[in-house]
Amino acid sequence: MTDAIQTANIAEAGTDSAVAIAVQRTSLVERVLRVVIPVTMVLLAIGLWQMHITVNQVPRYIMPAPGDVIMALYTDWGTLSPSLLVTLRITFLALAIALIGGVGLAIILVQSKWIELAIFPFAVILQVTPMIAIAPLLIIYMPDTQSALLTCAFVVAFFPILSNMVAGLKSVDHNLLNLFELYGANRWQTLLYLKLPASLPYFAAGLRIGGGLSLIAAVVAEFAAGSAGKGSGLAFRLLESGYRLNYPRLYAALILLMITGVAIFAATSFIAWLLLHRWHESAMKREN
Amino acid sequence: MTDVIEPAAVRAETAPERTVVSMRHVSKLFSNGTLALKDMTLDVRRGEFLSLLGPSGCGKSTALRIIAGLGAASSGSIDWPSSRINARGLPEGDVGFVFQEPTLLPWATVLDNVYLPLRLNGVSKSAARPRIVEALASVGLGDFEKSYPRELSGGMKMRVSIARALVTKPRLLLMDEPFAALDEITRQKLNDDVLRLWRETGITVIFVTHSVFESAFLSNRIVVMRARPGQVCADLAIETSAVRDAHYRTSEEYRATTDRVSRALQEAIMLGAQGK
Repeated sequence: MTDAIQTANIAEAGTDSAVAIAVQRTSLVERVLRVVIPVTMVLLAIGLWQMHITVNQVPRYIMPAPGDVIMALYTDWGTLSPSLLVTLRITFLALAIALIGGVGLAIILVQSKWIELAIFPFAVILQVTPMIAIAPLLIIYMPDTQSALLTCAFVVAFFPILSNMVAGLKSVDHNLLNLFELYGANRWQTLLYLKLPASLPYFAAGLRIGGGLSLIAAVVAEFAAGSAGKGSGLAFRLLESGYRLNYPRLYAALILLMITGVAIFAATSFIAWLLLHRWHESAMKREN
Repeated sequence: MTDVIEPAAVRAETAPERTVVSMRHVSKLFSNGTLALKDMTLDVRRGEFLSLLGPSGCGKSTALRIIAGLGAASSGSIDWPSSRINARGLPEGDVGFVFQEPTLLPWATVLDNVYLPLRLNGVSKSAARPRIVEALASVGLGDFEKSYPRELSGGMKMRVSIARALVTKPRLLLMDEPFAALDEITRQKLNDDVLRLWRETGITVIFVTHSVFESAFLSNRIVVMRARPGQVCADLAIETSAVRDAHYRTSEEYRATTDRVSRALQEAIMLGAQGK
């Protein structure tokens, strides 16, 4: 009996083109080009930068050459690396708290529209108030600069994660909700097996936005709040190098920030891919 | 199992314990003022393949959902004479439901999708596994455990959905226009499979459809409904001694049955149009 059905299935597969689990093989050339093109473009930009310095004889205190920046990275590593660590710590701590808080609050908010009505205004107010305007206040209210910076970065990264999660938890397929009701699923099971997995694409979007924002906020907050000496982040090194006209070091600090930003973007994109690549359209290739 | 259907007269006299579910004077008034169902009374007997046939808006899906416990009736009652009833007034694990859409979890494999009803009942995966394998084999998807829904065709997704409905070994299977979105060939194939499952398991099926041909092919009882308001119009016993297969589809007997059902449906549509 089952054999007959298996063959029947194959016959059905013939009439129904979407059956094929088409694994698309990208050609070797394409895979090489995928790496070569962006790398070449970045190298080209650096080359143009060097050319601009050489041709126009730009003095070092206006704009350093790429080589100077690399030298600064090497010689000033002892100054820059602790600051990098401080900035990284604030960024990731803020992102972690924002993730826990954003997802947690989103789960609470969607439990009832009354809770949402009561709490959502605060989240919006917090979001629309420019962080740079409240940073000086936070410096006064918080026990130390670090926690003030952390709070700033958290506030900025928190909202996109919260609003994405709220949207995700609410946009569950109604038929699936009916199915869960039909089988007598309790609130907890519906959350765990349906609502949370269904909102993973939204979580991934929130994570990518929040990850980038937490770094930006960590830097901007330091600009606004100001910090000095030991235990200060890369933003302080930027300011300090600017005051001292040590532009190679300023550029080196900038480059460290850029690399950090790119790394965060790559990491969050990778996490999103891990979460979604088996099933969600956003992480898949088109099949035609 | 046999395809010989008892005459309607005999079935009508059967003892009440043979009734799986009975709707008593059920009405459903939606909050927008639509009277979707008016005073519907229906006894579904064990082992029946009952089709609810009618034009759109006749409340056939609403009736099915009320039986399933998705949305309460405005008045009237649903009785389950021979089932253990849980706190929600539903028979414990006794009802499977197949929606119009496959309604699968896109992030879960075929195996995990079929596991879902058991998982929600607290059955561990290792304990559930033999039942999942059996359910998948019964719909011919034994080799697709690890596939994700998006890798399957429309017909195969529907099969997963049927396997999920069968995995709890329900006594009553509710199907809400399950094959409406499929192409004719796939639909015929699935009709054959559903009939086979019905014969093999002795399960009771309530099948909502708007297709005369589908209902005439599948059912041994067709309840024709009318719209405005949703009401039962006709209750037809479909008797045949023939095996319902590809030959039956082209037989004179099948044509006569579809004619009879078509006429009943026409009458129902006219009544609905007159709004009487």
